Amino acid sequence: MSETRPATVLQSLNLALRQALADDPRVLLLGEDILDPYGGAFKVTRGCSTAFPDRVLTTPISEAGITGLAGGMALRGLRPVVEIMFGDFSTLIADQVLNHIAKFHGMYNGQVSAPVVIRTPMGARRGYGPTHSQTLEKLFLGAPGLTVLAPFHLLGASPLGAPGQLLYDSILRQDGPTFFVENKLQYLLKLLGPEALREYDLRESFSADGFPAPCTTLSLKGAPPPQVTLTAYGYMADLALQALHRLAYEHEIFAELVIPTCLSPAQPDPLFASLRRTGRLLAIEEGTFSWGWGAEMLARSAEELGPALKRAGRVAAREAVIPVSAELEAAHLPQVSDIIRQAREMVAA
Amino acid sequence: MTDYAQHYEKLYTIRSFETLLLDEFASGIFPGTTHTSLGQEANAVGVLAQAREQDVVVSNHRCHAHFLAYGGDPTALYAELMGKPGGVCGGVGGSQHLQWRNFYSNGIQGGTLAMAAGMAFAEKKASRDAIVFDFMGDGTLGEGIVYECLNLISLWSLPILIVLENNHIAQTTPADQAVAGSMTARFEAFGIPATHLDTCDVVEVQEAAGDLTRKVRRESRPQALVIETARLGTHSKGDDPRDPRDVELLWDLRDPVERIGRLLQDRERVLIQRKVDERIRAAFETALAMEGQPT
Repeated sequence: MSETRPATVLQSLNLALRQALADDPRVLLLGEDILDPYGGAFKVTRGCSTAFPDRVLTTPISEAGITGLAGGMALRGLRPVVEIMFGDFSTLIADQVLNHIAKFHGMYNGQVSAPVVIRTPMGARRGYGPTHSQTLEKLFLGAPGLTVLAPFHLLGASPLGAPGQLLYDSILRQDGPTFFVENKLQYLLKLLGPEALREYDLRESFSADGFPAPCTTLSLKGAPPPQVTLTAYGYMADLALQALHRLAYEHEIFAELVIPTCLSPAQPDPLFASLRRTGRLLAIEEGTFSWGWGAEMLARSAEELGPALKRAGRVAAREAVIPVSAELEAAHLPQVSDIIRQAREMVAA
Repeated sequence: MTDYAQHYEKLYTIRSFETLLLDEFASGIFPGTTHTSLGQEANAVGVLAQAREQDVVVSNHRCHAHFLAYGGDPTALYAELMGKPGGVCGGVGGSQHLQWRNFYSNGIQGGTLAMAAGMAFAEKKASRDAIVFDFMGDGTLGEGIVYECLNLISLWSLPILIVLENNHIAQTTPADQAVAGSMTARFEAFGIPATHLDTCDVVEVQEAAGDLTRKVRRESRPQALVIETARLGTHSKGDDPRDPRDVELLWDLRDPVERIGRLLQDRERVLIQRKVDERIRAAFETALAMEGQPT
């Protein structure tokens, strides 16, 4: 394996797949167009088929079929990783995930395990339009038996980088199925190393039970006590971080940013801890506004904090088809300016 | 014991289990619903006579016959149907969701073929010399994932025997209102050889399954077996729009238990019936006496 550390989320995830293949012969990659030299639509699997030709399988356009097969493979001892080329296509695998893979362990009374990882890129901002830009993980959040993860672009201590370590752990260090949410623009983000993180106070915490996925709480070093808690995951964590800067430097509003990597089952303790300091919550996501992750975070926070939660709000996508036009697409999606505006209103109120 | 007597005992075990189950259902002991295998016993017994210890069996919502023919314990199955901790899956799975040793069933149509295909892949990859038996029905042919899987099974040369039990009715919908064209041609279109069998004779099923199983093992490639069969019971407990006279005719012509039973001396047949009925009654009573779920 390469000695150099990954620079981007894409490199980190790629490294993790290669490391998992190298470390365990039970690991297998399945997906459409994932063979070299193409290496997958977003190149996450690049190099894998060259290094491990027997364990990287290109498949027909049969998302349900390959996901269902992966379930059977996992029941009989393999550790398959399925790539769904676009997150939008995850609707095609819903039955396989919800009525098969996520159920096996529970409905067979704990007698089996199904360690399947399904990776897929969600997200817009590339002009792919209505059916190749959606953020659909909310369809899978709350499904019993399923872990839903989304990486944060930290370099971290792992040689794989934090996104890669999270993926590696989901492939090899747990026995249940995982829906691993990637994001097309997040692939290109530079991993935040010690240099980039110098200006922050950063705490990483792990839930006492459930998947060992880090949750990061960030604030500007030396800032006054925070007035509002922002929470976001995946690519939106980057936009939230930009907003946190501008809120401080342009508006003298100081925020904490809580970035979970395990979305479901929710691991909200670090969020609660931040809210006890700020009393204000702004949940930020790229999915549509209603019935989503942000709604759940608000509900959990209200249940936990009661009147100590003074204000709560959400930033999310409009509830309409995602347009191809760059202008229309930008207007459809949550932007840094939306986060700033809502945070200001919340603190002013 | 002759071969016929052994076959009869196996078929009659399933028949006795299902009959008692339906008789006792009205008493409210069993939560939910159930699908019985009445009329399809020979498929389960004939095909699974070919299963070896390392082989894997995947079944569907109508799985009791497959489970019992696989060697599953009637007491554990009754307990499962009663929702008790001592059941096959601790009372969580119930009638449709069984897992024991290398036996798996699920109540969702179509997805079980994907599961079976993935298992066949894993067995082949690990060179465990196992094959997978997958049972599906004519109704399942309506699901799109079936064709994704037939393609993958053939493409990747997976060692699986697909047994299509065509009982000519999906819940209440006759196959002629749901399935176009030829069932065997559906497999053949994907390069999977399909054998057609129109019988309720367990010996014929066993022999055909034996030939196909040997091919699957030797060539490590899929085979399909389409068996014309009859659902002698309702879909679950009371949902059967068929003319009772038609169903009666099926009992006369296509009852696999009766068919093999005719080949036995009356005395031998009755002795087997009595022995099996006692065993099944005892299984039921044992399950009934088991502790319920802790509350």
